[in-house]
Amino acid sequence: MNKTLTLLTLTASLVAAGNAHAAGVTLTFACDSVGQGFDQCKKGTDAWSAKTGNTVKLLQVPKDTGDRLALYQQQLGAKASDVDVYMVDVVWPGLIGNSLLDLTSAVPKAVLDTHFQPIVKNNTIGGKLIAVPWFTDGGVLYYRSDLLKKYGFAAAPKTWSELQMMAQKIQDGERKTDPKFTGYVFQGKNYEGLTCDALEWVNSYGGGTIVDSTGKVTINNPKAVAAVKMLSSFVGTISPEAVTTYDEEGARNVFQAGSAAFMRNWPYAYSLGNSEKSPVKGKFDVAALPAGDGGSSSATLGGWQLAANKYSKHPKEATDLILYLTGNAEQKRRAVEASYNPTIPALYKDADVLKAVPFFGSLYDVFTGSVARPATATKTKYNAVSLAFSTAVYNSMTKKQTPEVALAAAQASITRAKGRGF
Amino acid sequence: MTVPVDVTMRPKQKAGIESTRARTAVWLLAPTLIVLALVAGYPLFRTFYLAFTDATFENPGKFVGFDNFLFKADDGTWVGLLTDPAWWESVVNTVRFTIGSVLFETLLGLAFALVINSKIRGKGLLRTAILVPWAIPTVVSAQMWNWMYQDNLGILSQWGQSLGWLKVGQSFLSNPNTSLWALVAVDIWKTTPFMALLLLAGLQSIPSDMYEAAEVDGASKVRQFFRLTLPLLSPALLVALIFRTLDALRVFDMPYVVKGYAPDTLTMSMFARQQLIDNQSLGAGSAVSLLVFLIIMLFTVIYVTTLRVRFD
Repeated sequence: MNKTLTLLTLTASLVAAGNAHAAGVTLTFACDSVGQGFDQCKKGTDAWSAKTGNTVKLLQVPKDTGDRLALYQQQLGAKASDVDVYMVDVVWPGLIGNSLLDLTSAVPKAVLDTHFQPIVKNNTIGGKLIAVPWFTDGGVLYYRSDLLKKYGFAAAPKTWSELQMMAQKIQDGERKTDPKFTGYVFQGKNYEGLTCDALEWVNSYGGGTIVDSTGKVTINNPKAVAAVKMLSSFVGTISPEAVTTYDEEGARNVFQAGSAAFMRNWPYAYSLGNSEKSPVKGKFDVAALPAGDGGSSSATLGGWQLAANKYSKHPKEATDLILYLTGNAEQKRRAVEASYNPTIPALYKDADVLKAVPFFGSLYDVFTGSVARPATATKTKYNAVSLAFSTAVYNSMTKKQTPEVALAAAQASITRAKGRGF
Repeated sequence: MTVPVDVTMRPKQKAGIESTRARTAVWLLAPTLIVLALVAGYPLFRTFYLAFTDATFENPGKFVGFDNFLFKADDGTWVGLLTDPAWWESVVNTVRFTIGSVLFETLLGLAFALVINSKIRGKGLLRTAILVPWAIPTVVSAQMWNWMYQDNLGILSQWGQSLGWLKVGQSFLSNPNTSLWALVAVDIWKTTPFMALLLLAGLQSIPSDMYEAAEVDGASKVRQFFRLTLPLLSPALLVALIFRTLDALRVFDMPYVVKGYAPDTLTMSMFARQQLIDNQSLGAGSAVSLLVFLIIMLFTVIYVTTLRVRFD
């Protein structure tokens, strides 16, 4: 009797397990929608599905990262289990980290060590790893190599003063034939992009990262003021006054039309600038951003991670999908096929990757010198901090306030947002 | 429901009909009232309630009284929404935007309506053509204007530069002194057709025999307009004015697409979104929404009382 029961139970459990394997689980994945993002996500998840027998449903997500964040915050705030895996921006871990699955024990340390360490640190909140790096971004300086040569400059500028001098000379010369030519364009509209740009300036002067890693508000310091003063003086001289209305595409449109000597932008502009119909095809190159007086070059860290929903009904499968997609092989495939920047330093020396996307070799320095936005330290108040900072820089660039007054106001406003702690 | 006292004095049968009618009315109205309470009443009261809590997306929060609006901090300084210069700047921006856009939209809309209402050829085509800006989704037209304002490639900046109003690299949007008015221009372009349509409906309800009588009496066209058209149009005009004013006070989409969170064009609704969505603070964001509600209500009360609008 007892034997029969055991046998029955065993058979039943085997059948159940067999069934589970055959059908697999269905995961929902909120991935990408920008450019070829969706198709590349699909390729990756299809390969994983074929390997594991599970299925992945890809969601159509908003294009704008702010709208995406708002949507995810509402889902996670309601403890919804509908989405299992999220693609999260580099500044989100602090904002939504409480609702994401702790992956510390799921990701082997050896695997984690192969990634860029600043990103891993960024994704670790209170000692918990809540997201695995997937692809990265960093601010870079685009320059017109043909114009630099024409005006007798041997290399890209190393400091902001050098950039100012070179841009002024090229602008003065080019305006004789093209009255609209401008020296330097960047993202000056009051939004997250300006926070990225301005953080690079401030950090390259040694002015810190707005809020330091212990949560102390540091933005109102002489070096930061010097940086903002310098860059505000660009507006109306080597940069058009209307740079305060530019976002990434606004700046790229001007540069790609051949109307600017220098541009700060993300790596995505490279392949577009070198596309068939681009007027600047083959006439420009990419370098690390200039350094400030007594500082060193800084690039704001961008990029995306994969994280699992804490309320997911399939945490095991979700973790497995994340490990597969962020793994060496898939990152290499994405780098070669769609020029996504890997988060694994070794891939920047990989012959196949360098053959497909030559500029990854010269970009390597940019990602090792990258500075993270203070999202980890400011947690759920990051957006308020970012907005206070970018508004201060915007007010200084539009000459509404002096850099001193603007940064003092930012300091006060961030301190107010901090309250008794971030 | 409440039956007048004298009804009881009437013959019994009639009172029965009256009360049956009243009961029927209640039953017929009930679905509407319930739907209204669910979709309008509940969110409104929920917002009022949240405005007095410190709720965030993740945390239901607790009651904090008026702290979201104004309170004395430990160091003796006053803090809260009412002391935030960014909020007051957004109020000033919104009111300036509203006055500028509604004024021009009313004048232009009235002119358009009079033209379309007159006996000219191609009237139908004109009426359709005029609606095009209104038919384009706001986000699309806002982005379109954004490109026209662009300093390097935009046509409006080219005109401005060739007229000597702008220097190279400047645009109407980049200068904080002109940016709000540049947005007012977009709103006028977009919403004048709506105004014209509302006023046209008003004009068409004026009987034509009045004009014939005025003609016989020898009144000039100008006199006809001020003595006849304008007074008879005023109910439609006031409704249109209230519609547009409330709309303009709530404006969000167009300035957000064109200028983002730039402080020189930040409106009240954008400020509310900043608090509510970007900063995830349901409490402070609801407090802003409550103030926006009160300000809009103030405008409505002013209109209704000073202009004696009748809603019947």
